[in-house]
Amino acid sequence: MKQNLLLFTGFSILIMFAPQLLSGGYLMNVLVFVGINTMLAIALNLLLGYAGQISLGHAGFFGLGAYLSGILTTAYRFNPWVAMPVAAVVVGCMAGMIGFPILKLKGHYLAMATLGLGIIIFIVFNETVELTGGPSGLSGIPNLQLAGISFDSDVKNYYLIWGFTLAVMLFSLNLANSRIGRALRAVHDSEVAAQVLGVNARLLKVQIFAMSAVISSLAGSLYAHTMTFISPASFGFNFSIELLTMVVIGGLGSVYGSFLGAALLTLLPEILRGANDYDIIIYGGLLIVMVMFMPGGLVRGIPALYRKVIKQKGETGHA
Amino acid sequence: MQFDQILQYTLSGISTGAIYALIGIGFSIIYNATGIINFAQGEFVMLGGLLTLSCLELLNLPLWAAVPCAVAVSTVVGVLFERLAIRPLRQPTPINLVIITIGGSILIRGLAMLVWGKDTHTIPPFSGDTPIAIGGATILPQHLWILAITLIIIVINKIYFYHTISGKAMRACSYNRRAAGLVGIDVRRMVLFSFIISSAMGAVAGIIVAPLTMTAYDVGVMLGLKGFCAAIIGGMSSGISTVIGGLILGVLESLGAGLISSGYKDAIAFIILLLIMFIRPQGLFGKADSERV
Amino acid sequence: MNFKVISFVTAAATLLLSATVFAAAPIKIGALFAVTGPAAFLGEPERNSAKMVIDEINKAGGVKGRKLELIVYDTAGDATKAVQLATKLIKDDKVVAIIGPSTTGETMAAIPVAEKEHIPLISCSAGSKITDPVKKWVFKTAQNDALAVGRIYEYLQKTKQTKVSILTVSDGFGASGREQLKSQASKYGITVVSDDTYGPKDTDMTAQLTKIRGSHSQAIICWGTNPGPAVVAKNVRQLGIKTPLFMSHGVSSKKFIELAGEAAEGIRLPSGKVVVADLLSGSDKQKKSLLAFVKDYQKHYKAEGDHFGGHAWDAVMLIRNAVENGADTAAAIRDQLEKTKAFAGIGGSFTYTPQDHAGLGKDAFVLVEVKNKDWVIVK
Repeated sequence: MKQNLLLFTGFSILIMFAPQLLSGGYLMNVLVFVGINTMLAIALNLLLGYAGQISLGHAGFFGLGAYLSGILTTAYRFNPWVAMPVAAVVVGCMAGMIGFPILKLKGHYLAMATLGLGIIIFIVFNETVELTGGPSGLSGIPNLQLAGISFDSDVKNYYLIWGFTLAVMLFSLNLANSRIGRALRAVHDSEVAAQVLGVNARLLKVQIFAMSAVISSLAGSLYAHTMTFISPASFGFNFSIELLTMVVIGGLGSVYGSFLGAALLTLLPEILRGANDYDIIIYGGLLIVMVMFMPGGLVRGIPALYRKVIKQKGETGHA
Repeated sequence: MQFDQILQYTLSGISTGAIYALIGIGFSIIYNATGIINFAQGEFVMLGGLLTLSCLELLNLPLWAAVPCAVAVSTVVGVLFERLAIRPLRQPTPINLVIITIGGSILIRGLAMLVWGKDTHTIPPFSGDTPIAIGGATILPQHLWILAITLIIIVINKIYFYHTISGKAMRACSYNRRAAGLVGIDVRRMVLFSFIISSAMGAVAGIIVAPLTMTAYDVGVMLGLKGFCAAIIGGMSSGISTVIGGLILGVLESLGAGLISSGYKDAIAFIILLLIMFIRPQGLFGKADSERV
Repeated sequence: MNFKVISFVTAAATLLLSATVFAAAPIKIGALFAVTGPAAFLGEPERNSAKMVIDEINKAGGVKGRKLELIVYDTAGDATKAVQLATKLIKDDKVVAIIGPSTTGETMAAIPVAEKEHIPLISCSAGSKITDPVKKWVFKTAQNDALAVGRIYEYLQKTKQTKVSILTVSDGFGASGREQLKSQASKYGITVVSDDTYGPKDTDMTAQLTKIRGSHSQAIICWGTNPGPAVVAKNVRQLGIKTPLFMSHGVSSKKFIELAGEAAEGIRLPSGKVVVADLLSGSDKQKKSLLAFVKDYQKHYKAEGDHFGGHAWDAVMLIRNAVENGADTAAAIRDQLEKTKAFAGIGGSFTYTPQDHAGLGKDAFVLVEVKNKDWVIVK
């Protein structure tokens, strides 16, 4: 427990001082997106890593948060700080309602159903042109403001987004070590066994599904208010898959893994930028290699690699 | 008039649905033999179409020679994919397999983009494009090709899975891999077989639809997704229920577009699918089986 | 591959030149194109054209002794990336102007960045709302959808056809066209009797067309970019629909004729003049630029130059002209751009004013028809 707290404090400090250490500019902008994606990866990880339920439609919840925030603040002149929780509550309720029938499904049927759900949401964004602006997008979404500060630059947004991201991380870390976390792991391993031990597995799965949707919605709202423009293309099937990839590459069931996965997949396109048309090949190849050589994800793979290197060094040292 | 329209919607739906079905069967075969949902399945559809194009235009082969050529090359890609990415996997958990097939699909798509560029291409129809009237509706000769080839493939599948040793062995794998291994079936070989069959089938699907739908390096994504849906409606069977699944999806889309709203046609299809699944969580045709504890 | 050789040669040539002639630091121009992803058919010719014309300007000694340096990033058609990369161009690369993005959605997303950072942005996308209302730092070279729709409706009005069916693709391009088709109809005494859409990746539109067939319209207008409209053309032929079919400028390239084959015959569409450059009368002011562009593109890329590439060509030339007139900072380039008068480019004859940052009139489009696998001008 103490170790966890220490790790989290260290991580927070690193995040807080990162802008001072790094030379600002465009990198700050990328780090803002790392923050948003970390939140989303954690949300999906709660569902996938802790409760063992797959979702191929999480981009839909992300989009719902963004669009609700966007529409409420532009068409109905809501204060962004009010729009954000309203969006989160609406998305949470929706997820709760749909969660009961959808989480009855298992395995690839669940994958299919969540995929369908994501696609339906995506189509609604495209087709309700009067509300969402349709495929051309919704512009003019206001920035968040707090105590006279408008969050309109990358550095300010960095602190805003990472404030929220750290809060979500702390929440998830606590959840994992709580009674609910233990119950979730029991459900993950065997739903029937968990039921026998007195865990209401069905309710628990729906709750975690709703919670995951709420975090995604929050990330969506923040995205809308930092970008000030949103369009359906950002919330399609591909992004759901990208989120899934972040979670798996980072490490299932690990909060820090979600951060690592989100960071890698957000930074990778930046690193590959110079590779022109080859980037898509490198990206695909890297996914394969990662799963092949670090099947437990970065969060387990990196320490293992480190130990291996140390061991080898030790052996050569003795020789 | 109204009747003519409904007939046209249904015919259109059936011909699109047959394509979904063919791709769906590819998903099912691999799933049954290995438990893998192969997200790269759509890419073989793309490869089939584009390789045929290259055979026709670069090698100047006639169509009857170009088709087997394209199918053969696609199958080799399928084998390579299984050998290089699937087999060496150290922890083949379902989720890792999903990610690795996604990685594979991105890789294959990227390579195709380099080879064929980003343009859309078309290949000529097999036997002209003079429309054929059926009642008040019309279809193209190519649609008949699609229906006929789908039918032939189902029959071949049936024969293979029920009347040959290796087909029976593969079915044994799908019931219980460990038990199949214990009775002396080489499970790994069966996995390879399943990749061979499904990549060849994907390529065939890609070839026969290309004259109608055209083809480009990125057509695999959408067709793969629809084929995946068809397979799931059909309960991941490699036979007739996946075909029915594909046809249902195709007809729903077509009727939705014609009668309700074209913008929402995919949404309509998916909403109906969700409702079906909520009522029958074990799939449209599946029997409710008890879960192992 | 060719590309690499060319850029290597130009790089070598640039080196040689800069060794002999002492030149001031190059003027950096940023570009955001959707080189990959669903809008690659826009981004790729745009990138090619922009690189080509920049190379040629530099080979000819640059502008006023200064070289132009082009920094291109691929947005993959993603609005989020467009915003990030616009920021990168401004903050890290310190460009004085940005060309692109390729699609309306990306442009709308990138506009706030350009406005906030005071960097001129010349968009290569068609959406009318990019420059309506006018934004201080935002210009565009692609012809407005409104003009293309106007061309078709004018023709329908002249031939006394009043009932149309529209079939648009459900992406940014189609949505913008649909909006214009619906809003301008009444001005020309036209009624839209059926309004349908199809998905960008759809492979069969017979359902929509069957419905349209039942609506007894006098013309069908399909608004989309390849390959969808080619499928529509084939489906129209399959269903035996005899109603005249119109398309958008989104398919005005040989590629469309190749894809639709026989089914393309008789289809009419508004198009930039580039596809019919050699058919234009000698008095046409654009003819010289058009022929030069087509010839250069053929030489460099062994492909037909289309008007998408033309948008980037125009944007580079507009900036070049601004630099020629003495501008080398972002603010000065913006001011010079606004003073552009009757510049005969690929997309049309550009005249920007403080009230108009789109700069083109109706003459930017001609109505063309497919005949014998080629384009002819409809009189």
